[in-house]
Amino acid sequence: MSGTAATPLHRALGVTDEELAAIVERLGRDPNDLELAMFSVMWSEHCSYKSSKPLLRTLPTGGDDVVAGPGENAGVMSIGDGLAVAFKLESHNHPSAVEPYQGAATGVGGILRDIFTMGARPIAILDGLKFGDPASPRTRHLVRGVVRGVGGYGNCVGVPTVGGELVFHPSYAENPLVNVMAVGLLEERLLTLAAAPGPGNLCILFGSTTGRDGIGGASILASATFGAEGQQKRPTVQVGDPFAEKLLIEASLELIEQGLVEGLQDLGAAGITCAVSETADRAKTGIAVDLDAIPRREEGMEPFEVMISESQERMLAVVLPEKAEAVLAVCRRWGLPAATIGRVTADGLITIVSGGIADDGSPLPGARVLARIPAAALTSDAIVHARVASAPTRRRPAPAPGLPVRQAGSLPERGMDSGAVLLALLADANLASRAWVTRQYDATVGTDTVEASERAAGVIRVKGTRKGLVMATDANARVGRIDPWLGAAMAVAECARNIAVTGARPLGVTNCLNYGSPERPEAFWELGEGVRGIADACRALGLPVTGGNVSLYNESLAGAIAPTAQIGIVGLLDELDLLVRPAFRAAGDAVVLLGSGGAGLGGSIYAELAGIDPDDPPPALDLAAEAALLRLLREAASARLLRSAQDVSGGGLAVALAECAFWGGIGADCAVPLHASPADDLFGEAPGRVVASVDPARLAELRALAERHGVPLRRIGTTGGDRLRIALGDPASATAEEGAVAEHGALDRTLAELREAWERGLPRALGEDAGDVVSVASEER
Amino acid sequence: MRAGVVIFPGSNCDRDALHAVALAGADAIPLWHEDPDLHGADLVILPGGFSYGDYLRAGALARFSPVMRAVAEHAAAGGLVLGICNGFQVLAEAGLVPGVLLRNASLRFEHGWVRLAVERRDTPFTALVPDGRTLRMPIAHGEGCYHLPDAELDALEARGGVLFRYAGPEGNPNGSARDIAGVLDARGRVCGLMPHPERAAESILGSDDGMLLLRSLVTSAAASGVAR
Repeated sequence: MSGTAATPLHRALGVTDEELAAIVERLGRDPNDLELAMFSVMWSEHCSYKSSKPLLRTLPTGGDDVVAGPGENAGVMSIGDGLAVAFKLESHNHPSAVEPYQGAATGVGGILRDIFTMGARPIAILDGLKFGDPASPRTRHLVRGVVRGVGGYGNCVGVPTVGGELVFHPSYAENPLVNVMAVGLLEERLLTLAAAPGPGNLCILFGSTTGRDGIGGASILASATFGAEGQQKRPTVQVGDPFAEKLLIEASLELIEQGLVEGLQDLGAAGITCAVSETADRAKTGIAVDLDAIPRREEGMEPFEVMISESQERMLAVVLPEKAEAVLAVCRRWGLPAATIGRVTADGLITIVSGGIADDGSPLPGARVLARIPAAALTSDAIVHARVASAPTRRRPAPAPGLPVRQAGSLPERGMDSGAVLLALLADANLASRAWVTRQYDATVGTDTVEASERAAGVIRVKGTRKGLVMATDANARVGRIDPWLGAAMAVAECARNIAVTGARPLGVTNCLNYGSPERPEAFWELGEGVRGIADACRALGLPVTGGNVSLYNESLAGAIAPTAQIGIVGLLDELDLLVRPAFRAAGDAVVLLGSGGAGLGGSIYAELAGIDPDDPPPALDLAAEAALLRLLREAASARLLRSAQDVSGGGLAVALAECAFWGGIGADCAVPLHASPADDLFGEAPGRVVASVDPARLAELRALAERHGVPLRRIGTTGGDRLRIALGDPASATAEEGAVAEHGALDRTLAELREAWERGLPRALGEDAGDVVSVASEER
Repeated sequence: MRAGVVIFPGSNCDRDALHAVALAGADAIPLWHEDPDLHGADLVILPGGFSYGDYLRAGALARFSPVMRAVAEHAAAGGLVLGICNGFQVLAEAGLVPGVLLRNASLRFEHGWVRLAVERRDTPFTALVPDGRTLRMPIAHGEGCYHLPDAELDALEARGGVLFRYAGPEGNPNGSARDIAGVLDARGRVCGLMPHPERAAESILGSDDGMLLLRSLVTSAAASGVAR
């Protein structure tokens, strides 16, 4: 590690001149090379949030049930009975672009460690995956590798993958997004924090040994834009070992259960440097590190390599000296290498020593101090950049001479074959069955999975109680590309709705903010708008943000990704037997539409399929109406008024009805008044709507409840048969009931053909249908 | 009746098996891989997972662990053993049941729900399964393609060694020879199967068909425990 005359060392490490000056100011002297390396990783965007920190402070974080919020490894919320749920979303975008299998696998490993570090046993994984055009060979390579990576790790550690989303959009072609959410369950009394209290306590490193893999993964890979040299970054990708992780989970939970640790921190980005500085800073202590005591997997490692290596599957435990032997015994039992590598001190400094340290952390005679940095300077007192935000100027291309100007909202759909459009939407890579993916994920290990599907929320029962945890993750990049505020706010609303349709109460929000370079004013504006969208939606829906992760520099030579606020929500169902599922359950039930959406096809899958002007406005979001809808759904579910309920989102009302029908094997005859345009009414993705089926004898009760909550309810049909029929009528009949709608040509298809289109869509899009000889009914329950 | 569930490093269905076999009425205890004592277990379950990481070959290392010597002795003495998923692979590697498990025909990990035809009802594993009843339970494995040379398959079938076959519209998920999902040893006391009965032990989880198998075992083990 050295600089040259042309490129001084700090710049080679990605530290700007301004940042170097700030380092000198904090140290009161020039840093040596090791110290500079430690600063370079800790002050990377990935570790320091130096660009996003001021924005993140604007998110609402308080709530009665919040046990641990932002700043901890994962958010924790109480669910009663002395139990709590820990959850967090995290990105592993850049490593997955370079090396999809290992990138995705270590992404799963990293987020699982954040969960069990808190004392929670991981109980579920969800993945939010975004790729470019499914027809491109590069996308197919990435999809295969990432899906295998998520599965390879999750299946082996024995945590079920119960939901997620898979999105294809051209902006992700060179920069896929791999966001993974993990959920864990803990007894509140066992909550463990990542702090290093008590000077004199020992720091024990256990798990895998330390090697040269993943050097600078966080700083070099995750905090810079992809240029032409992307493939050269492969050595910065970490390599995962799920078998070691499984042992780490069991050993860590055993240590916590036996009360053997004072604090526990996983090692992720920036390795040992991050673990010691963050735990010390949280406890306002220091740590002296005995560099020679760190077990290594290769010879001749430089001190800086040991200190910033991102070797996976390692944990740091802070332990009372009298409990050290018991801790080492647990590690031995699980076959995990463990070593005492340091001492907690009172001086607030991270001191790296070669040659041994005394019991109080001071260097032994003859030992050398290689680095000495205030813990706060590496973490809470890291530099914060005031970035410039500026809204982009949108340039609308002039219409070609002689061609009519295309007017938004007056689309030529009157003569369209709406049945053919529905089949095309169901077969679209963005909407088709995710079975090709979910079949590669173990969804039932743990014997708690009540529901696992990629289109609806995952449901996990809580053993020993009557409760269920409901979880989902959503983003809306298509709308985000047009309006980053709206895209983020809609993602929160949709995710909360996905939780609420099951009858559960959304508890709290985690998020992963995927944006372009903060050094570009337009991208930084998009980030600001996304955070504002999340904050506005969370305030309106009464949801705290309990943590999350920021991934910036998602750009390549081809441009930046669509602004993507990935949202994760966990909800609580007090009585699992009140669970409402999406599929129709009986013939003769009334089909109702709850809520009402406005016009606007911008950002919809239909718009993409039909090649509609990208400037067509997206539908509006009414957050007060969303809040009322969530309350109505919960009350209706507790009164057992709903036979089924499904959120209306991608592909609009027609796709939602088709899914309810073929999932349940029960058709429906529906009539919808023509409100905006046929395309809008059938395939528009206006938020705030839910399709439900109701026993006709209880429809009046549901109608009264909806009125009380101010939520529009319209009966649009009746279940039964083996076809889906949707008639469109004149606006004049908008107040009429089913049957009285004057028709404009009805959509009428058999469930079999709808289901087939939906089932074959994704393998076909990915060119995988030839190898699809084996059929396992993973979607059917 | 005591059921012991072996925990290898990398087992990940051990807690599930303990939970389900306790629901079936057994006194369920964990058995540690380094401990050659079965602690009085009448029935031994080898659970699913990735024992020792499965890095060499699924189940290949687990068979050398101290607990497996005890399991082999238990089986030799006519004790009951059930190997599920990775546990089946361990039994096959140890030669306690016939056959090998190759990579799935799709070359991918496969998770999903399958239906099992029960070939015999006169075994300790299936005594309580009603006539004609198929069993619905999940699979989750990358190496579950059952293989034996044709002549040995004929012999296995002739002696009634095939206990479960994949059936119904869900089909054969991994390309197993003759749709074989589970087999018995020559004495009919050791069974290996790829699907997970412990994950289908409560209706809230989608099926309680697996409970028929586990209850059969608990009942049989209790009876043979009295006889011994």
